[in-house]
Amino acid sequence: MSDVESSLERKPGVLPGYRSRVGVHDELYDGTGALRSAWRGLVPQLSALAPVDLLRRRDAARRLLREHGVTYNVYGSEEGLERGWSLDLIPFCVAPEEWAGLERALVQRTRLLDRLLGDLYGEQRSIREGWIPAALVHGSGSFLRACHELHPPGGRHLYLHAVDLARRPDGRWCVLADRTQAPSGAGYALENRIILSRVLPDEFRECGVARLAGFFAGLRDGLRGAATRPAGTPNVVLLTPGPYNETYFEHAYLARYLGFPLVEGGDLTVRDRRVYLKTLEGLRPVDVILRRVDDTFCDPLELRAESFLGVSGLVDAARAGNVVIANALGSGLVESPAFLPFLPELSRRWLGQELMLPSAPAWWAGQEAGRRAALASTGRVVWKRTFGGAADPVFSEELEGEARRRFLARLEAAPAEYVAQERVDLSTTPVWNGERWEPRPLVLRTYVAANGPDSWVVMPGGLTRFSPTPGSPVVSAQRGGGSKDTWVLSSGPVDPVTLLKPGGQVVRLDRAPADVPSRVADNLYWLGRYTERLEHQVRLLRATFHRLGGETTHDGHAELTGLVQVLVSLGHLPDRFGRTVAEEQEELAEALLGLLHQANRPGSVRDMLLRLRYITTAVRDRLSNDTWRIFQRLQGDGHLTGGDATLAEVPAMLNTLVVDLAAFSGMEMENMTRGHAWRFLDIGRRVERSVNLLELVRAVLHAGPSSPSVLAPLLEVADSVMTYRRRYFEQMHLGTVLDLLLADESNPRALAFQLETLHEHIENLPKDRWARGEPQEERSLEAVSDLLHGADLGVAAARAESGDIDEVDQVLRRLSEGLCLVSDHLTHRFFSHAVVRAS
Amino acid sequence: MKYRITHVTTYTYAAEVSVSHHLLHLRPRDLPRQRVDCFDLVVQPEPSVQTRRVDYFGNHADVITVEAAHRQLEVVAGSRVEVFPALSRAGVGSPPWETVANVCLGEFWSDGAEAGEFRFDSPNVRRSDVALAYAKPSFPAGRPWLEAVSDLSSRIHREFQFDPKATSVATPVEDVLKGRKGVCQDFAHLMLACLRSLGLPGRYVSGYLETLPPPGRARLVGADASHAWVSAWCPGLGWLDFDPTNDIEPGERHVTLGWGRDFSDVSPIRGVLVGSGEHTLRVSVDVEPQGTEVPRGSGGQSQSQSQG
Repeated sequence: MSDVESSLERKPGVLPGYRSRVGVHDELYDGTGALRSAWRGLVPQLSALAPVDLLRRRDAARRLLREHGVTYNVYGSEEGLERGWSLDLIPFCVAPEEWAGLERALVQRTRLLDRLLGDLYGEQRSIREGWIPAALVHGSGSFLRACHELHPPGGRHLYLHAVDLARRPDGRWCVLADRTQAPSGAGYALENRIILSRVLPDEFRECGVARLAGFFAGLRDGLRGAATRPAGTPNVVLLTPGPYNETYFEHAYLARYLGFPLVEGGDLTVRDRRVYLKTLEGLRPVDVILRRVDDTFCDPLELRAESFLGVSGLVDAARAGNVVIANALGSGLVESPAFLPFLPELSRRWLGQELMLPSAPAWWAGQEAGRRAALASTGRVVWKRTFGGAADPVFSEELEGEARRRFLARLEAAPAEYVAQERVDLSTTPVWNGERWEPRPLVLRTYVAANGPDSWVVMPGGLTRFSPTPGSPVVSAQRGGGSKDTWVLSSGPVDPVTLLKPGGQVVRLDRAPADVPSRVADNLYWLGRYTERLEHQVRLLRATFHRLGGETTHDGHAELTGLVQVLVSLGHLPDRFGRTVAEEQEELAEALLGLLHQANRPGSVRDMLLRLRYITTAVRDRLSNDTWRIFQRLQGDGHLTGGDATLAEVPAMLNTLVVDLAAFSGMEMENMTRGHAWRFLDIGRRVERSVNLLELVRAVLHAGPSSPSVLAPLLEVADSVMTYRRRYFEQMHLGTVLDLLLADESNPRALAFQLETLHEHIENLPKDRWARGEPQEERSLEAVSDLLHGADLGVAAARAESGDIDEVDQVLRRLSEGLCLVSDHLTHRFFSHAVVRAS
Repeated sequence: MKYRITHVTTYTYAAEVSVSHHLLHLRPRDLPRQRVDCFDLVVQPEPSVQTRRVDYFGNHADVITVEAAHRQLEVVAGSRVEVFPALSRAGVGSPPWETVANVCLGEFWSDGAEAGEFRFDSPNVRRSDVALAYAKPSFPAGRPWLEAVSDLSSRIHREFQFDPKATSVATPVEDVLKGRKGVCQDFAHLMLACLRSLGLPGRYVSGYLETLPPPGRARLVGADASHAWVSAWCPGLGWLDFDPTNDIEPGERHVTLGWGRDFSDVSPIRGVLVGSGEHTLRVSVDVEPQGTEVPRGSGGQSQSQSQG
């Protein structure tokens, strides 16, 4: 710290300790060492901050990122699903005049590529006239022949186009790559903005930063306006490959921000050449699909047969003009860098304009001239595969001797497979590495969206990414590095656009339940079941660990023995623990810890936390930010189940988990709209609670029905101790315990209460559905209720206390089986139709 | 030669299927040497949607959707087709195969560039060193294209064993090369991989081959199968068919349904359905010669087992 302090020169306009590099454009300082105009507002404020302030703000940003659950999934990562998103504390600033020029150039480029796609999927004049070599199209796996002559509505292929920009040493911007298929990152740019504007509120306000909301409103309106169905409000959905995709966070985030349902392929179906969303209440027509599923995976019928991420018949629905797909299927074709050398000519021919924004010089080796020029290029060159694929790029400066000969042989054998692109010496921007400012190479991803017929809107900003080290030339989220918010400064007053509804405007009331896709209901049902199962297990283990230590209750030892027998009976512990406990405490503790942290053991706390993590990610767009925060906390609080929990830490951790789970139920009860989504969540909870309770009571009966040392822990696990004491004081009788836990409709932990709640839910579920089948779950539930009300628990309990547990055990078993039947019927009626198979 | 062709596909599902989509390539194309007199498609249960179009390759494609719950789906494609004899290739000259490869590079638009579309990788056929190594003996430097391609086709016929149990629709070419066994689809894919690895265009042809019963026996109805072979391109000669399964020059007995880059473009029937449970598939094909002439198949031609 003192080191940092000493290097500080607290001069306004100078970033302490920052040294720009020679030979590249520095974004902060010009050649004379003067601050560039874009940074004149921000840098004086930043340089006034002490390192401790910077640290505090960086930590605040990290905390927000974590709470918002901003993640980027890394393929092949040991950590499993997610890696946190990395956001640098200071933005990348762009001056208004400079941005105005970029904006025009970007729109021109989008129009050109849209036109090119229209031609390549239509008459292919560019090929026949020789403006584009045929091999670029014919050899590409991204050229979808099924989509040729498909003619999307309005002739539009691109609705969202991303352009990766780099600044050359001479200060001019150039294009490194185009993303035309399903561009990612716009949501991360928005999230970066939201977080940074909270961490640097004063700086944000005073710099006059252009707002991003207008761009997203444009994208949203453009998509809605593209619908071809004449009547009704257009339905737009966001199609995701699912939680395993690298940018799933963004899919869920954008869906919520834009107000579109987030759907997976299985949620959609094609009937009569139209696309429908399968909801609990039936089929809803879908007009526009904003897709994040790759081209070839979108339709197993006409594209890749083995894909289940898509929708069977989607291509045919698009062909019929009944659905708009954004971007159009096959748009990935022009992402190949081999198109870059041909764009200037196409721009002149089609737009009658010079291309305003040059691409980094590139040569397609399939042409003799291109190959020669690339090999003769004196600058550094990166060789890429023309048609993508897994092969890593080859850097010319790394090619020497034998490696060079081998590469040239490969190039000679299949020249059309290679494109050479000049390596741009990327410009550098300051990054705070935790100790000091240092220059890092950057790439800026910009976005253009369609907001009407031949009308485009450019995001005033974008996703700035910088390399992981000052020297590293490769900038990619898959390889590390970080991101920045991008501040395009405004020349005039900033228009505070927001997607929130403006005040004073009459808004149409809409209380109809929003569409709930069947898959979402399925996930919510299991969310309910797993949270409840986790809570039950945690309570059971807490009761056990609590007594493991010793002097907590007057009969701690006998209760421990009883609980261990219950755990054995439930199958959680091996039989050998069934008898006496005192001598085996150490071994027992070991086994109990195993129930916490064993990874592949169904029912271990760790296993359930992992399942919850997956399932909450899958329904991310249905959870409020606060609910999401609770689940993030739950995962954090449960991290000790990773394996290194010690006996001393466990009780406190289990207490915390119980409180976290209670926070979730509270959030669910108080904050979720009473729609079908909530109902399925709560049905899952009630079913699980009933089954757990019944199994627990059965295990208790087998452990010794009349002993207070077993009944007391039972009441504790079932969270009914207070009520019981108030009613019956300290008298422990099986009959009264069973009455409170099973038959008492006023006890929210009792079976009767769960059944009552389930009745109400099931009565309110959609009746008139397109799927076949009787509402059998209603009849099964009636049967369970009848069984409970008809059973004389008092008599059965008395028999059990005198040693004959068969009768009460049989009742409990039948109740449990009946509930499983209810669950099966529900699952079958509402969820099972999502299964799709190829033949 | 005139034929009446009946191609019946029956899916039986273990559990009820609520929706199924199928993409069919069952309607034969009209071609200079082939006239389709009539075609009839009957699907049970009746599809709620049926659309017909001409695909990218000029083939007829039908998309059918059955929305009624069903446990069985039967697709019957019937056609009457007349196929005319092909010109003999005896004595036909052709340029060295390397010239053909160069013509197809397609730096600028030309017939060669157009045919060159079929020299790239496709979903089921990838160029590879092993395919190249296998092809090489047939393609010494400077050998006329027709000679070389015919030789390749003959070698595949000689060196590979017809065995319907050895492979499935998903077997990659590399495995076929290793096992030296397969059916017509495998041999066609292998030959395409060889041609394309040399830079030569080749396309996959889907169709039927009239089965000749053994001498003195009656033909068996429904015992035929779909067939597949290869078409290769040469400037001046255009697209010429080769049948590596039987080592014969496709002529009057080969009925063409359509072509594409490989099986995946012209699979006769491809389906996706909503439902759980397994299904069984039964296919029966009957290629019945029409008119009075007795088939003039000479004894030297291979027998019915070679198809499939």
